[in-house]
Amino acid sequence: MEPNIRKDTQPAFSMRGITKIFGAVVANEAVDFEVLPGEIHALLGENGSGKSTLMNVLSGIYRPDEGQIEVNGEIKDFRSPGDAIDSGIGMIHQHFKLAEAMTATDNIVAGMKKPPKNSIKKDDVLRANILRYASRSPSKTHPKINEFSSRFGIEFDPSIPASQLSVSQKQSVEIIKVLLRGANILILDEPTAVLTPQEAKKLFTVLRKMASQGCAIVFISHKLNEIMTLCDRVTVLRKGKSIETCNVSDIDAYDLVEKMVGRKINLSINKPDPDPKKQVCLEVKGLTYSDSKAVPKLDNLSFTTHYGEILGVAGLAGGGQKELCESIAGIIRPQQGEIMVDEERITGLSPRDITQKGVAMCFIPEDRLGMGLVASMGIDENILLKEYALTKGPLIRMKDVETKAEKIIKELDIKTPGLKHPVRMLSGGNIQKVILGREIHLNPKLMIAAYAVRGLDIHSSYTIYNLLNEQKQKNVSVLYIGEDLDVLIDLCDRIMVLCQGKNMGIVDSSATTKEEIGQMMSGTTLEELRRGVSYV
Amino acid sequence: MFRISKKESFSKKEAISYRLIGFLIGIVLSGIIIAALGYPVIKTFISLAEGSFGSAIAIRNTISFLIPLSVTALGLSIAFKMRYWNIGGEGQILMGATAAMGVSMIMPASTPGPLMMIAMLLAGFVGGSVWALIPGFFRIHMKTNETLFTLMMNYLAICFVQYLYFELWKDPAKMGFPGIQDIPFKARIPYVSGVSLAIVAPLIIVILVFFLIKKTKLGYEIRVVGESEPTAHYAGMNVKKIMFVGVLLSGGIVGIAGAVKLMGSTGTLSSSLGGGAGFTAIVIAWLANLSAPMIIVVSFLIAALEQGAQFIQVRMGVPAAVADIVKGLILMSVLGSEFMLRYKVVVGAHGAKNKLDAIPSDKEEVHHVEPIVETKENAL
Ligand SMILES: Nc1ncnc2c1ncn2[C@@H]1O[C@H](COP(=O)(O)OP(=O)(O)OP(=O)(O)O)[C@@H](O)[C@H]1O
Ligand SMILES: [Mg+2]
Repeated sequence: MEPNIRKDTQPAFSMRGITKIFGAVVANEAVDFEVLPGEIHALLGENGSGKSTLMNVLSGIYRPDEGQIEVNGEIKDFRSPGDAIDSGIGMIHQHFKLAEAMTATDNIVAGMKKPPKNSIKKDDVLRANILRYASRSPSKTHPKINEFSSRFGIEFDPSIPASQLSVSQKQSVEIIKVLLRGANILILDEPTAVLTPQEAKKLFTVLRKMASQGCAIVFISHKLNEIMTLCDRVTVLRKGKSIETCNVSDIDAYDLVEKMVGRKINLSINKPDPDPKKQVCLEVKGLTYSDSKAVPKLDNLSFTTHYGEILGVAGLAGGGQKELCESIAGIIRPQQGEIMVDEERITGLSPRDITQKGVAMCFIPEDRLGMGLVASMGIDENILLKEYALTKGPLIRMKDVETKAEKIIKELDIKTPGLKHPVRMLSGGNIQKVILGREIHLNPKLMIAAYAVRGLDIHSSYTIYNLLNEQKQKNVSVLYIGEDLDVLIDLCDRIMVLCQGKNMGIVDSSATTKEEIGQMMSGTTLEELRRGVSYV
Repeated sequence: MFRISKKESFSKKEAISYRLIGFLIGIVLSGIIIAALGYPVIKTFISLAEGSFGSAIAIRNTISFLIPLSVTALGLSIAFKMRYWNIGGEGQILMGATAAMGVSMIMPASTPGPLMMIAMLLAGFVGGSVWALIPGFFRIHMKTNETLFTLMMNYLAICFVQYLYFELWKDPAKMGFPGIQDIPFKARIPYVSGVSLAIVAPLIIVILVFFLIKKTKLGYEIRVVGESEPTAHYAGMNVKKIMFVGVLLSGGIVGIAGAVKLMGSTGTLSSSLGGGAGFTAIVIAWLANLSAPMIIVVSFLIAALEQGAQFIQVRMGVPAAVADIVKGLILMSVLGSEFMLRYKVVVGAHGAKNKLDAIPSDKEEVHHVEPIVETKENAL
């Protein structure tokens, strides 16, 4: 694709010498960064390298300690996100900020008080009218929002509450929200971390369309293939400093990783052989679950896992992966079926009893902070969350936990100024390593890892894969729920494919292809596939 | 126009200087009022300080203010840690005192003093916790709003005590005058060189609460529940049980404050026994950031202010209302500085100005292009 950058034009914005310090942490140090109109510009760096911070500075959330921001050639001093939006800068955050009970429309227009000053086109009548209708007549606003969204190829129902929207739709709402405020500089902080590959493709189409209309787009992602296919240029941050900016066409993925980490690293999964004894660990029989709205999520699901093996689970978003994990961990109660660990029934036990039976779960929810972590507490007290119930007596034992926390910080290379530092202040990826480290250190028999590398940088992702393989070699049975089919094939011994809560079949990863798994994900059972029947 | 947004962080130095400035602003503001009313400013403030710390008697009085305030604030802080808004401190104090009073009336006169005191303190705990658990039960099982419910329970408690005062427990010895009998002398907390031994109560309770929150599993669970109920559930905690125990402890400790007040200072029950401590304690708990040791410090300062304000009424002949204004202004300024510390206010340029110059031009543009826009647009 020919990038539509206008080389001669002045940059949409440029940041020069930006330094931002949080207490003891230097998040950005003399960073230079500029993006041209019509360009999709990737920002790449390890977890905690300062990408979100830099973009928070640009969008007026933080004030830089040093440095200068210029937008369309004018020097700006943003004192609040409102100021940045007035200059046409809109940011879609790593963690969404929608009011769940309000409709999409209300979310979009909330707090919008005045017509945007710097609109892409000054005569943007539709937008101005949405603004004027919003407070008075929601029913008239909905179709207007639809009309506005369709300009960018975005579709969602603006009249339903945000809580009923899918993650990708929520993201669309956030995008429309900033576009409607007249943003022509759009920042997306890891927008694809929570999307399925299909949803990501749709988003790319939308972004390309916006770029072709002259928007400048900053795209943050840890997925190199996305950067290679979507972006025009890429700027690499390392430890808070800007290392280099280059054209994507001039560089390959390996060079990028090297620039990012600062040295060559080995990006291959070393897959040990599974334990040949095939001793059964987890046995799931006829599991059926419908949620509170009677929507079936798991449908007569049966399978077994073995000690010393990684069983992968593939499937489209909402295919029952979450419900499967939560049933095993005892968080939800399936209506039918049995779950056994070591031939002992665990269905109906409390989550805590199930943990005691040796089941550990690391489920990275889409909003990361929502489940399994206490945002204002340090790493130590977050490790305590699972641990404290396992010790005797009424007191907590901080000493033990602190030693453990230090060990986990070292092992997973978590970037934090100290183990008491609130996890809320860690970067997205580091937050996640805390959950994972905690669960691994419970020394489980069965380890459930769901979306464990969501939002992790490449280097850390491979650290996680290696950790899971280590678990496997320690004869732990690992259930790995993932989205990236290449990784599933490289990491797992067998792969089970779910489609609408049904088991489509379990394939041997050494004897399957992405295409085969893809067909099963969309509803063809393995049996049908092998007989040569296909509905796709 | 201005906007308010949360600050990303603040340092210890900032925190201290903001509070100090807040305090000074309060002093200056109340100074202006005092001067305007024709009282000598400097002298009034000197007496204020003298009244709170200036003499042994002043310090003793300050301490007697401190006891109910700090114990109540400690109790409330447990509920606040769970993000359970227990605004019912006043009622829980009264019901704690009522239960203790009841026990002292039921127990045979021959009961040894220490035994009676222990029984009364226990009764205080039970009275406060039962009163707190009524709204607690509905909050836990039916998700009713505890803020309103606990608030209303205050008025119920006041009415109930008034009923006891005028009817049920009316003391016949008072010959027709309303009022409840005094508790037996042996059940009164003794004084040692002018200081009520009741001071032991906050000192023990602060240690217990600190230990509970920081070192016990229950305290940890309380903190997690306050942060996020889904997370607590996810970790396998029994949220309902934790909240039940938390509310029970919170109300119980506040109830003890009532019993101690009864046994240590008033000696009898009336609906004014709480004296607003249940409300002031809410402010104290938050000013202290819910930290148990800080609650003692803040209680001391607020008690000193209360005591000083009373003293200037006597010494300077300042009317009670003016003393209250001085107290209120200082407290409000400190609270205001707390707000300024945590939030920043963006004034002017980026708010009002743009709004004014943006509206008329754009509005006209829209009007003649799209007829669907209604004419009553001023709301923007
Ligand atoms: N509000 C804050 N207070 C203190 N430290 C912070 C704060 N925000 C970020 N940091 C620190 O600044 C550093 C950079 O964080 P940032 O979130 O910008 O990283 P990132 O590049 O976005 O990482 P990720 O890919 O994991 O999202 C981290 O070490 C983080 O702990
Ligand atoms: Mg980030």
